[in-house]
Amino acid sequence: MTQEPRLVKVRKNILKQNDVVARELRGEFLRSNVFVVSLVSSPGSGKTTILEKILTLLRPNYRVAALVGDLATENDAQRLARSGVPVKQITTGTLCHLEAGMVRNALQTWNVTQLDFLFIENVGNLVCPSSYDLGENVRLVLTSVTEGEDKPLKYPTIFNSADVAVLTKMDLADAVEFDEPTAMANIQAVRPGMQVLRVSAKTGLGMREFIDFLGLRRACAREMNV
Amino acid sequence: MSLVDLAREEAERVQGRVIALHIKVGRLSGVFKDALLSSYEMASYDTSLQGSQLIIEDVPIVIYCSQCRAESAVVSMQWLCCSVCSAPSSRILSGKELELVSLEMES
Repeated sequence: MTQEPRLVKVRKNILKQNDVVARELRGEFLRSNVFVVSLVSSPGSGKTTILEKILTLLRPNYRVAALVGDLATENDAQRLARSGVPVKQITTGTLCHLEAGMVRNALQTWNVTQLDFLFIENVGNLVCPSSYDLGENVRLVLTSVTEGEDKPLKYPTIFNSADVAVLTKMDLADAVEFDEPTAMANIQAVRPGMQVLRVSAKTGLGMREFIDFLGLRRACAREMNV
Repeated sequence: MSLVDLAREEAERVQGRVIALHIKVGRLSGVFKDALLSSYEMASYDTSLQGSQLIIEDVPIVIYCSQCRAESAVVSMQWLCCSVCSAPSSRILSGKELELVSLEMES
């Protein structure tokens, strides 16, 4: 007679290790009074271009720095460094997303208490980054008008892991016959109530509102921290 | 890999050979069942978990509706709305899980 197999209860999150590090990072960011914003999107939707503009616009009034994740090359880090703020590259090799431990390692030589804003540009990918908390205050998901209107329907998970959506390359909307009401409806379908910012890094459309949004969110976070 | 590491750690604690892993995967966890099954086979190869079975429980997306106060599973992840009154809601109660529930051990 065979014995019944025994069942051992575990009930643990499989990505526990990442979540533990992310929680530690979040605590450290809170204590250091630094507001952390991460950016996720598919490759080529304009994360680096927008971020370069944001860093340049924030720099006169805030102490700003950025981490940028990439599979290979330091091109993005070099582009971001043109804004004059400290930038550090995290090269992931073959890994398609950033994890909390990589952020922690990259920050080892930086004193985050000296910062007002820290930006984290994730690897261009709309799938895997959604499962990894990086300890950020706000996660932005970017989608460009050239990608069409149905990205939210194809990647609902990333839209649900992010806090705010950003429509980029708005200057090209007419040229590619971008159907904005449909895109907005798709975002609201997968994530009811999601705030959406519309920007063009090229013409500057919506950049003022973007900067105001960041300032406001940071002020709110500080208020709640007190 | 995280799953294999966690299961091995737990199995070592209770000692014995693992026959199967019971896990919960939410529809909004970002994990695709078939991909997880095939990558588990690769990740567990040549470890103490080699040959063990991965038993996946699908967790539906359940939302809370502030209009009618119902908790209901959504029909589609492309349309997060209450299946009772059809009001949209993003108050997700479950569906993001990625959890190792239990280990089935050889007795």
